[in-house]
Amino acid sequence: MIYAAFKRSDFAHARILSIDTSEAEKLPGVIGVYTAKDFGDYIKPGPLQVPPPTAIKGSTYQVRTTLPIAIDKVRYSGEPVAIVLAESRYIAEDACDYIYLDVEPLPAVIDLEKALEPDSPLVHDDTTTNLAAHVVQERGNYAEAAAKADVVIKRKIHVDRVAGSALENRGMVVNWDERAQLMTIWCGSQSPITLRNQTAARLGLFENQVHVITPFTGGGFGPKINTSLPDDVLITYLAKKLGRPIKWLEDRRENFLSTTSERDQVHFAEIALTKDGIILGVKDVFIHNSGAYNPYMLTVPLNTQTHTVSNYRVPNFYTEIKMTWTNEMIVTPVRGAGRPQGVFVMERLLDAAAKELKMDPAEIRRKNLIQPDEYQVHTGIIGQDFVEGVLDSGDYPSSLAKTLDIIEYEKFRKEIQPRLRAEGKHVGIGICCFTEGTAVGPYEGAKVTVGSNGKVNVATGVASQGQAHFTTMAQIAADQLGVSYRDVNVTTGDTAAFAWGAGTFASRGITIAGTAVHLAAGKVRAKALELASKYLETPQEELEIADGVVRVADMPSKFITLGDLASRANPMRGTFPPGAEPGLEATAYYGPPYGATGAGAMAMIVDVDPETMAVKIDRLAIVHDCGTPVNPMIVEGQVHGGVQMGIGNAFFEKIHYDENGQLLTASFMDYLFPQATDMPAKMELGHVEVPSPLNPLGIKGVGEAGAIPTPAVFNQAVEDALYDTGVEILESNLSPSKIFTYVKKAKGK
Amino acid sequence: MTQKFPITVTVNGTPYTREVEPRLLLSDFIRHELKLTGTHVGCEHGLCGACTILFDGEPARSCIMFAVMADGHDIKTVESLGTPDHLHPVQEAFMEKHALQCGFCTPGFLIDIVHYLGNNPNPTDEEIREAIDGNFCRCTGYHNIVEAVKLAAKKMAAARQGA
Repeated sequence: MIYAAFKRSDFAHARILSIDTSEAEKLPGVIGVYTAKDFGDYIKPGPLQVPPPTAIKGSTYQVRTTLPIAIDKVRYSGEPVAIVLAESRYIAEDACDYIYLDVEPLPAVIDLEKALEPDSPLVHDDTTTNLAAHVVQERGNYAEAAAKADVVIKRKIHVDRVAGSALENRGMVVNWDERAQLMTIWCGSQSPITLRNQTAARLGLFENQVHVITPFTGGGFGPKINTSLPDDVLITYLAKKLGRPIKWLEDRRENFLSTTSERDQVHFAEIALTKDGIILGVKDVFIHNSGAYNPYMLTVPLNTQTHTVSNYRVPNFYTEIKMTWTNEMIVTPVRGAGRPQGVFVMERLLDAAAKELKMDPAEIRRKNLIQPDEYQVHTGIIGQDFVEGVLDSGDYPSSLAKTLDIIEYEKFRKEIQPRLRAEGKHVGIGICCFTEGTAVGPYEGAKVTVGSNGKVNVATGVASQGQAHFTTMAQIAADQLGVSYRDVNVTTGDTAAFAWGAGTFASRGITIAGTAVHLAAGKVRAKALELASKYLETPQEELEIADGVVRVADMPSKFITLGDLASRANPMRGTFPPGAEPGLEATAYYGPPYGATGAGAMAMIVDVDPETMAVKIDRLAIVHDCGTPVNPMIVEGQVHGGVQMGIGNAFFEKIHYDENGQLLTASFMDYLFPQATDMPAKMELGHVEVPSPLNPLGIKGVGEAGAIPTPAVFNQAVEDALYDTGVEILESNLSPSKIFTYVKKAKGK
Repeated sequence: MTQKFPITVTVNGTPYTREVEPRLLLSDFIRHELKLTGTHVGCEHGLCGACTILFDGEPARSCIMFAVMADGHDIKTVESLGTPDHLHPVQEAFMEKHALQCGFCTPGFLIDIVHYLGNNPNPTDEEIREAIDGNFCRCTGYHNIVEAVKLAAKKMAAARQGA
């Protein structure tokens, strides 16, 4: 095994004058040092990971996808300029320090508003603007609605950037077997099949010559969906060229510098209402930071558009994306993926409106929620899956009511808060609603096989990063096949076990792949019953499948085991009926017409220290509807984790680039990861279950729920706690010092 | 940096003698020299806690120690706790309470919690949060980990009474 390390640019934006690798090459143990020129024509911009938004009328876009290694210019700090291979990782990293990069620094494009000004420096020299894409969507007519409104409230709102921060960094081992003509890639990934396909295409191989295995990936949270990044592009090439296995693994600093991240949008938003607090319209024009390249196109900002007003009745809605390149890390989804920004904007507007109209924050929301008898709701806004968003099912008022109950909203407002305020405490409460668009297409598949041992194997193309697919998919198959879930083995993330699929993203694993498992297991069940009917000489209607056997329902002693059936389904001699398929095995695919939409509400009680602006979350309640839960314990675990990420986004975490594009938060000393004592002392969950009509199991996704409303609720609660200052906080990713600055400003100091 | 030094380290009761470079991290020694890959490396700067081991009985971050510092010392890694057939009560409690999702941070939590419960058999929720504050988890929101520690404390108390 040999080891790779990357020499990364410290400059965010610079023209490369020279790269001197001669001293690095002399270091004992160094096998090779490679810059762009050593790869020749192989270095070109990678494929788009997501199609362009051609389905949206009038949208314009430019494509500048990721370069695997800087050629003549670096466009973000951390972009690789050379890769070293050495006998150990220690030596490889040493060698990076002996590579001399000479550059002409260029002014960095960092500020989102300035990036779109005509005199801004350009991230890509062959363009005339940093505007990477422009999309306008409107339902109704906002201008007319605003003209008729009693109140129009305008705000500028900023949501900053966060990291996925999976505890396991990205990494891979790549082996090229020259004799077998087979490449094996072991890595942590959310999209092993995409990685296989793009690697094969790039290296001129068939897909089945690239075997990707992603065993027990240590967390995903979005960034591991990416492929055709510098690491996989360069390492696969070198492994094949040298015929030696290569290992590369990020450390945490490198993770911050080389792994994609998300959020960073500036919104110019307005809401038009009647004096009774009925929403007439919302307008939102926002700049979305795509980073230095845009391989992921508009997935994130389209999610923002579809989540800004989705749970409220907003007859007139204008939403405009201006996506800009900057000299920062490429932006691709991180748990939440555009949704938290949309919810943050809408909920902040509602909070401003409630203050203006002297309404209770819960009341203004209750008044405007979509009602349970209105489904399905066609939103008129095209989403990340390029079809019009449709709210398939739900009961938003119940989620809100249940949340208010759990947090004891009335009691807090009427008894607890006045008492604590009288004692000089600064306690506040927040309440917000949200939707979670989940389970988008295109499709996933599953193969279900009964072995001659009577046990069941399930293989699917999605990879697991801790979502408990091994449990939930086993449950789904077991239900169909009358076996214990313990007798179901689930294989995920191995392209040799299942070769088709898109990946684990958008809270879609259990809904899309789980439904495919259900359908495939149903086919196997039908096959088992048909075969058993023949062997037991009993009509199918009189059979039952349970306890690992097919038996005659009213004569349980007359049975045949699933293992026996599996053997008999694969005859070794004799004849085979035309049209039959061997084995007790079936494959099925499932793709939804559009995504299933989960939803919920969250409330939070905070205690703010007015001296230090430290915020303690005393209580947090979240009610969520993910349709029929396959496993309630796992659903709750997903919500807990999402909430933690949301709390991080609200108050601790922030990827901070300075004006030169230097990343100031490249360690866990500087990037504050939420810890156990940062979490609410009391976190309570409630559930509303409205099965989705889109799939036979009635499931909606849940993976991102907790992360979506938290920053919005947090700001509302903090403002309520600091009511005597009149502070309004229109950004997320806060810190004590930031709140302190806001309060000072509010007090006019 | 190529000069190597001999060290002898007792890991999970077995003494190992190896020649190592002085800059070899203890975490890399445990994982790559001894092939004990249960010790995970999440940050390599001593913050996340995934690489926690017991060093002469006390929790320590193996990613910010050199292997040569372990010469003559006693180390216990997560492999010392239980086997799939005979889990440690803390491991059992993690499984029963769904206290791990991706599982990457889990070895560090287990080591810290086993040590903590040894000295604090009956902690409150708040004490548990303090005890695990140095371990990062991105999946669980720590909620079910706190629950698992409480359950483990009960299991261990029951075992003591039974013994």
